[in-house]
Amino acid sequence: MSSLSRDDVANLARLARIEMTDQELENLTTEFGVILNAVARVQEVATTDVAATSHPLALTNIFRTDVVIPSLTPEEALSGAPASEDQRFRVPQILGEEA
Amino acid sequence: MIKNSAAEMAQSLASGTITSVALTQAHLDRIAEVDGKVHAFLHVDTQGALKQAADVDAARARGEKLGPLAGVPLALKDVLVQKDVPTTCGSKILEGWRPPYDSTVVSKLKGAGVVILGKTNMDEFAMGSSTENSAYGPTHNPWDLTRIPGGSGGGSSAALAAFEAPLAIGTDTGGSIRQPAAVTGTVGVKPTYGGVSRYGLVAFSSSLDQAGPCARTVLDTALLHEVIAGHDPKDSTSINAPVPQVVAAAKSGDVKGMKIGVVKELNGDGYQAGVRQRFEESLELLAQAGAEIVEVSAPNFEYALAAYYLIAPSECSSNLARFDAMRYGLRVGDTDGASAESVMNMTREVGFGREVKRRILLGTYALSSGYYDAYYGSAQKVRTLITQDFNNAFAKCDVMVSPTCPTTAFKIGEKANDPLAMYLNDIATIPVNMAGIGGMSLPCGVASEDGLPVGFQIMSPVMQDQRMYSVGAALEAALLSKWGAPLLSQAPSLGGAA
Amino acid sequence: MSALTYEDVISKYEPVLGLEVHVELNTNSKMFCGCSTIFGAEPNTQTCPVCLALPGALPVVNEKAIESTILIGLALNCSIAPFSRFARKNYFYPDMPKNFQISQYDEPICVNGYVDVEIDTDEGPKSFRIEIERVHMEEDTGKSLHVGGSTGRIHGADYSLLDYNRAGIPLVEIVTKIVPGTGKYAPEVAKAYVAELRDILRALGVSDVKMEQGSLRCDANVSLRLIGSDVLGTRSETKNVNSLRSVERAVRGEMIRHAERLNKGEKVVQETRHFQEDTGLTRSGRSKEQAEDYRYFPEPDLVPVAPDAQWIEKLRASLPERPSLRRKRLQEQWSVPDKEMAAMINADVLNLVEETVLLGSDPTKARSWWLGEISRLANEKDVTISELAISAKDVAEIVSLVAQGELTDKLARGVVEGVIAGEGTPAQVIASRGIKVVNDDGALMAAIEKVCSEQSETAEKVRNGHVPAAGALIGAVMKETKGQADAARVRELLLGHLGQAAN
Ligand SMILES: [Zn+2]
Repeated sequence: MSSLSRDDVANLARLARIEMTDQELENLTTEFGVILNAVARVQEVATTDVAATSHPLALTNIFRTDVVIPSLTPEEALSGAPASEDQRFRVPQILGEEA
Repeated sequence: MIKNSAAEMAQSLASGTITSVALTQAHLDRIAEVDGKVHAFLHVDTQGALKQAADVDAARARGEKLGPLAGVPLALKDVLVQKDVPTTCGSKILEGWRPPYDSTVVSKLKGAGVVILGKTNMDEFAMGSSTENSAYGPTHNPWDLTRIPGGSGGGSSAALAAFEAPLAIGTDTGGSIRQPAAVTGTVGVKPTYGGVSRYGLVAFSSSLDQAGPCARTVLDTALLHEVIAGHDPKDSTSINAPVPQVVAAAKSGDVKGMKIGVVKELNGDGYQAGVRQRFEESLELLAQAGAEIVEVSAPNFEYALAAYYLIAPSECSSNLARFDAMRYGLRVGDTDGASAESVMNMTREVGFGREVKRRILLGTYALSSGYYDAYYGSAQKVRTLITQDFNNAFAKCDVMVSPTCPTTAFKIGEKANDPLAMYLNDIATIPVNMAGIGGMSLPCGVASEDGLPVGFQIMSPVMQDQRMYSVGAALEAALLSKWGAPLLSQAPSLGGAA
Repeated sequence: MSALTYEDVISKYEPVLGLEVHVELNTNSKMFCGCSTIFGAEPNTQTCPVCLALPGALPVVNEKAIESTILIGLALNCSIAPFSRFARKNYFYPDMPKNFQISQYDEPICVNGYVDVEIDTDEGPKSFRIEIERVHMEEDTGKSLHVGGSTGRIHGADYSLLDYNRAGIPLVEIVTKIVPGTGKYAPEVAKAYVAELRDILRALGVSDVKMEQGSLRCDANVSLRLIGSDVLGTRSETKNVNSLRSVERAVRGEMIRHAERLNKGEKVVQETRHFQEDTGLTRSGRSKEQAEDYRYFPEPDLVPVAPDAQWIEKLRASLPERPSLRRKRLQEQWSVPDKEMAAMINADVLNLVEETVLLGSDPTKARSWWLGEISRLANEKDVTISELAISAKDVAEIVSLVAQGELTDKLARGVVEGVIAGEGTPAQVIASRGIKVVNDDGALMAAIEKVCSEQSETAEKVRNGHVPAAGALIGAVMKETKGQADAARVRELLLGHLGQAAN
């Protein structure tokens, strides 16, 4: 369980949207073998009677009131855009499901 | 002047013996002199800093009531956004990005008249313990330029140790404030999680990240702590309660009757002899100052590192998804006919460094269906166990202590190809982040075998941050009277005029 | 095209439905930031560091959105979870700035409810219970405009332009459990369910529920199984079903498509399909080579939602009348026959009629305007009644003018037409078109005398007591006055003129 194949790593890279070189995939496959063995130690004590902590603070119900506050100007919003057109972010063609 | 404490500088400013512009200029000059060797800064905002300094001087001349640190310069870790000032997080993927907004920490600094000199170097997206993972080249430890200044906030600590700034802001996800403080002979505090707003802190691991103050003295750290702390409605995980009275604690430094718990598991094997020696001596000094030293046990701490390297990568794999070349930052491969998806893939390949990609993939794996329970889910359970360990220990003591790091600063490049060895640097600092409590590192001497600084870590319960300041101030005072001068006076001069 | 008829399908197969409805809440500000939610603003004018996912920005939950979601849950008979959490749903898409959606996963805020819907069947009105699996909160995405290529659609476009004004608008997703047992009425039940949801949401005041603007969207899951079988068939999920009529058409269309495949021995592919309004057919979405793995985990930037009983009860106490009860009440109050009531519901004019009545109109009059002339004009223009530029206030004004004799029915129809044409309020249309009832008795008498002398034989008949013959004369007078006279007054004056008491 604590080992990954090169294809597994390639699939993770695909999920994470990183175009990795063959060399990188090789290296990571090796490294993951070591790292996963080390981190798998958590399973030694993570028994079913232990509750999970997803957050260090036990806060609940933190809300804001439904009030409009000023937005950025479109110039500010688009200030970091690699490309823009007609006050919109210009991005390469989207392959995928029609939304 | 630049070797003074921030509190002393503030006094000089208040009494009119120096202006903020002159003080700021002195630090800019020092940066110009030594930063070529240290490389603490990624961006020096000369104009902005001088403008801010002039504004403070003008306000003071008008007789306005100013904060205790008004006019004192500060170095800001490049993971906190400052409006219109480049923010890179040490990554190529954000090269040239100028945020259109201020982080809450920066708003508070500006509001308090603290002069922001520039942005400091860091491991890319705060992932690392050496600042070697910066896309813009490593920072060098002022104690020995061939060694690492710690990380991820190596730039901030190195700037303090090199007298480029008397104050700095760091962020601490698994030790990124405390470990650099330890290896550079400076002070760094990770406040209670939720004590300082995370709004505008570029997230690495949301449930662990915490910004905090760094300085050369415990009092300076406390003064800065009170400037940046406090409830922020823009951060849902911000604690809505009064800020702990850390300045008062740092000023009194009273430890009489306090119980100091030495963590049995954070000592011994794997800890450098010189580190242990300085640590033991410090315990004696604290005992002499009237504290009671007790031993406490935290049996689950040994799983903290493993849990951390599941939780932090998991959260980062999601937090860093936004760097996709669509709205800001780097865009690679946008040629005719390229798809958004291929541009994302190529940009993230080119824009992220090796460690970041490693952690993103590790986190992607830990969260993926079929493995979630075994990895991320188990890590969250370990988190519960670590918190229980702290609760049990804090029932027996007021603060817990340990060496901040197992070793002193290692050589640049020494562990670059061994991620696990690198991760071990944070073995003593990580439990604090897992439980969301406060942690401080302050210098407790140099190791006899290498003459490099050793850090003493103090941990205090949630929202009891004042306790670590009391203990830190007491130890600092005892060490100072022993040494006769601050530890940093032993560091090499770097050839600067000061 | 289709070799199979609907009757063929239902004689062999039983449809199983599953409906997912997305509702945009009508809060003033977005789900996690203070940006305005107003529809139709200039691109990227309602964005901030949070909804653009700038580095460092953090979400904070809109309390009103939570209250609206709890209200929806209560109105759908759900239990409200004492503890629920947000989770991140991780996938990359350019219209989603964070590349994860803040949603809810295994801890939704409302669970286990139901809605009863009534439809007309061959055996009369019949009620179906639709069980609700969950109601949860999430956020909407931005909008992309595809440029280049010929179609304006995503495929073949050269590049896309993104506007994030809609990114982060609060969305509530309402998911049914599987709905078996609707048989041949599946399309009608699906439509009635969405209509009922829409009425409930509108009554709650939590959403604009405008399907044409996308503030209410339905995804319809359909599968077929052989009658008598208890094994579920493979389902398809049809997205973008943006009108009530389309819900019905999409379900019916998918039932036929599935049956055709099954009859040919082919498998139904589990996939997303897109409904096409023009043809009423669905088109396969681009199937992904590999299934997405959303890697849900608790959103670390937000804390759990744990509504206490007091808060829930306060919200429960504020629930409005259930739409089904309200319909019964209105039917009684207005003494409307079943058939007429069904017609009003079907034409979606119940609210408009009620509003008109509340503004003082006679229920029968109000109903006949909305169901009659206005429905006719909507049909003519091929739009829904709610899209017409006429309000309940306009209709109430027209009804009142007719009652006061200021307008004739015929003139009133012209006014309605003018209002719908965008010429302004009824008063403005009357003024600009110069519409006026001739109620000057002198002018009417002149016309009556003229007509009576032209048609003296008919006039004589009336004078001799043959009152029905007056109809022709009245018609002639109306024609003489170009329809601007009040027919009742003409009749009165005419009969008086010819020595017959009007009654
Ligand atoms: Zn916003």
